[in-house]
Amino acid sequence: MRLYADSSKCSGCKACLLACAFSHFRENNIRKAALAIVPHFPSPGKYEVRVCTQCGECAKVCPVDAIPQNDKGAYYIDPELCIACDACIDACPEHVIFKIPGRDQPFECDLCGECVNFCGMNVLSIAE
Amino acid sequence: MNGYAGTILRVNLTTSEIRKEPLDEKVARDFLGGRGLGIYYLWTEVPKGADPLGPENKLVASTGPLSGLLVPGAGKMDWACKSPLTGGYAGASVGGHLTAEIKYAGYDAIIFEGISPKPVYLFIDDDRVELRDASDLWGKGSITTEEILKKRLGEEFQIATIGPGGENLVKYACITHDFGRQAGRGGVGAVMGAKKVKAVAVRGSKTIPVADPERFWELAHAMFRACKEAEGLGPWQRYGTTIVTSWCDEVGALPTRNFQQGSFEQGPNLYGQVMRERIVITDKGCFACPSPCGKYSYTKKHGVFVEGPEYETIALVGSNCALGDIEDVAYGNYLCDELGIDSISAGNAVAFAMECYERGLLTPEDTGGLDLRFGNAQAAFALLEKIARREGLGNLLAEGVKVASQRIGQGSEEFAVQVKGMEQSGYETHNATAMLLAYMTADVGAHHNRAWAITYDLQVGRDRVAPEKVARVILLQHIRPLFDSMGACRLQWVELGIDVTQYAPMMAAVTGIERSWEDLLKISERTWNLTRMYWIREVEGFGRTWDYPAPRFYKHPSTGGPTKGQLTPFEAVQQLLDMYYEQRGWDKNGIPTPEKLAELGLTELVR
Repeated sequence: MRLYADSSKCSGCKACLLACAFSHFRENNIRKAALAIVPHFPSPGKYEVRVCTQCGECAKVCPVDAIPQNDKGAYYIDPELCIACDACIDACPEHVIFKIPGRDQPFECDLCGECVNFCGMNVLSIAE
Repeated sequence: MNGYAGTILRVNLTTSEIRKEPLDEKVARDFLGGRGLGIYYLWTEVPKGADPLGPENKLVASTGPLSGLLVPGAGKMDWACKSPLTGGYAGASVGGHLTAEIKYAGYDAIIFEGISPKPVYLFIDDDRVELRDASDLWGKGSITTEEILKKRLGEEFQIATIGPGGENLVKYACITHDFGRQAGRGGVGAVMGAKKVKAVAVRGSKTIPVADPERFWELAHAMFRACKEAEGLGPWQRYGTTIVTSWCDEVGALPTRNFQQGSFEQGPNLYGQVMRERIVITDKGCFACPSPCGKYSYTKKHGVFVEGPEYETIALVGSNCALGDIEDVAYGNYLCDELGIDSISAGNAVAFAMECYERGLLTPEDTGGLDLRFGNAQAAFALLEKIARREGLGNLLAEGVKVASQRIGQGSEEFAVQVKGMEQSGYETHNATAMLLAYMTADVGAHHNRAWAITYDLQVGRDRVAPEKVARVILLQHIRPLFDSMGACRLQWVELGIDVTQYAPMMAAVTGIERSWEDLLKISERTWNLTRMYWIREVEGFGRTWDYPAPRFYKHPSTGGPTKGQLTPFEAVQQLLDMYYEQRGWDKNGIPTPEKLAELGLTELVR
C-alpha cells in the first residue's frame, strides 16, 4: 500500500498538511506534515504534490535500523531508536521526510489516511 | 489564549520601532478577531478627523480565531483603515494563505502606524521582524513584486504587495496576495502606499493552540465531510463564483453598460462554462478550502497568466464596460492585479467614463484621444493604466466615481453608481429591493460582501418592500461579517449549504469559550454598530442621506433585459430605510440609539 497523488487536481489548499499534523501531533501546524505541496506560480500555474511512495530508501540508509514497517506496510521512524542523524531526509527521493519544529527526530508518512479524508479535490488516494 | 497567537505586532513606520504586545483578552472576547478587531483598533487608536493618507491613520491587518486551523475555508483575514475613498470605514477581506502564516509566526494582527521615510517591506520569520529596504521594488507591479520576493526569500513565505496604484494613492488601490487574491475595497492599498510599505513577507512555524483538541478533531471531520458530500460541490469546484454569471444575465442582475441594465447581449461569451473551457488551467484554493472558487487562467490572446476572472471582475470589467470576450476580461483583470487597483471600482470608473463619453460629457480631448465607447477593450486597458499612474483623465477617475462625477457635473452624479463614495459591486439593482438595501446600508459602501440578498429578492418578489426583506438583510449583515471576524470563509455556508450553527461548537472547541450561534451573532451586531458610530464620528453630517442609493436605480428605468423599464421608486427607498432603522434600533436619521448601544455593551467605548 502507498499514498498516490494526482497533482493536476490539487488546488493548493493545504488541508492535507493540516490533517497530517493534527492526526499525528494534535497540532494545527502545516510545518508538521509528511507530505508537501509545491506551488509553481505565476507561471506555469500548477501545484506539485509530493508524497511518500514507500520506496524504502530511508530504511536502507538508516544506520540504527530505526525505520521498520507498520502493519499497513508503511515505513515509519521509531522515535525511540532514531538518533536524529537525518540520513533518511537526505536519502528520500521525494523530499517528504521532514524535520519538524520542536522535535529532533524526522517524521514520515505512516499511511494513516487522514490527508485523504480531508482533501476536497480527490487528489489523494491509498492503493497497492 | 486558545485559537489565538496571543500577540499583536505594532510597526511604527515613522520611527522603525517594532513592538509586540499581548492581545487583550477582553477585546478578543468582545470582537473575536478579523473584521471586529479592525474596527476596534480604528475606533480606539485613530484620532478623529485623521487624514486617511496621513501618518495618523493606521492599517490593521487582522486574522481571526479560526484562521490557520483545520476548518473549511480558514484562510480569511481583514485589512482595515480609515478609507481614502469614502472618508469612513474601510475593511477589506482577503483569502489565500497569508492569514495562516501570520498566525503561525505568532501574531493575531499587525498594526501599521506612521509613514516610512523610504519604501520598505515588512519581513517576518517567526520572532524575527524587520523593516527592509524596498527601493528596488518600488514602481513594480504586484505580481512581479511577489515573484521577486518569493525567489529572494523562499516559497514558504506568504506575500502581500501593492502595485503602482497603491504607490500613486489611487483611492481604490488594493493589496494583492498569492498571485491574484485581493484585499480589494475601500483603498487599503492606497493607505499602504501612503505609508511607503511595498509588501509584507511572512513565514511561521508555530502551532496555534486549540482548547479541546479531541472535540476539534471530531468537528473538523464532520465539517469537511459535510462539504465533500454537499450537492453543490462539483459545480462550484468547476466554476467557482463564475457559476452565477449566466444566472445573473438571465434574471437581469448582470451590470451592463454602467448599470443601465442587467442583461448583456454578449453575456453568453462571458459565462463560467465558456471561461472554463477557453482559459482556465487550474483550480486555485485558499487555505484549507475544500471548494476552491479560485480559477487560474492563461489567455493566449494576451499572453498572460491571471487568477480569475472572478464573477465580480467579469461583471464590472466585462459586461459593465460591454467587453464581450472573456479573454479581454481576463486581460483587464490581469492589468488591475498587476497595477494594484480594485477591479470592482476600476470597472465602475471605466464604465462611468464610457457613459460620460457617449453622452458627450467627456470629449476626445478630455480622454487624451481614447475612443471611450462601450465595448472598446483597447481603450479600457489604456484607461486602467492611466488610472493606476494618475495620468490625464486617469488622475480624475483615480478619485472614484463620486468625486469624478462632482467634477464633471452636468447630471453625471446620477449615474455615478456608488454609495458613501464606494462603487457598487456586481449586481444590478433597478428592481431588487433587498439587494438594493444591502448596498445602501453596507458598512463600507456599495459592496455585496456584507449581504448577498439578490437570490432572496428573486425568491420572494423583486419589488416587494416588506419587513421580512429588511430582516433578511440585517441577518445577513450579521452572519457574513461574523465569518470575517472568525477568520473563515462564508462560501461553504452560502454555496455548499453547510449548517451555519456548526461554527458555534467549533468556536467553543477552539477558544474554550462556550457561546451559542446567537451569542456570536450578537458580537457581530456589536461590530456593526461600532462601525456605524465610526462613520458618524468621521463624516460630518453623516446620516440618512448617506444611505441613499445611486439615483440611477430610482430615477432612470432599466434600459433592457428582464428588468427593462423598471426601477425602485424613491418612496420605496425611504420605506426600506424606515423599516431598516427601526429593526436595527436606530433613529430616523440612522443613528444608533443610546438603548441599542447599551444593549450591545458599547456605551463606554463610544463615549
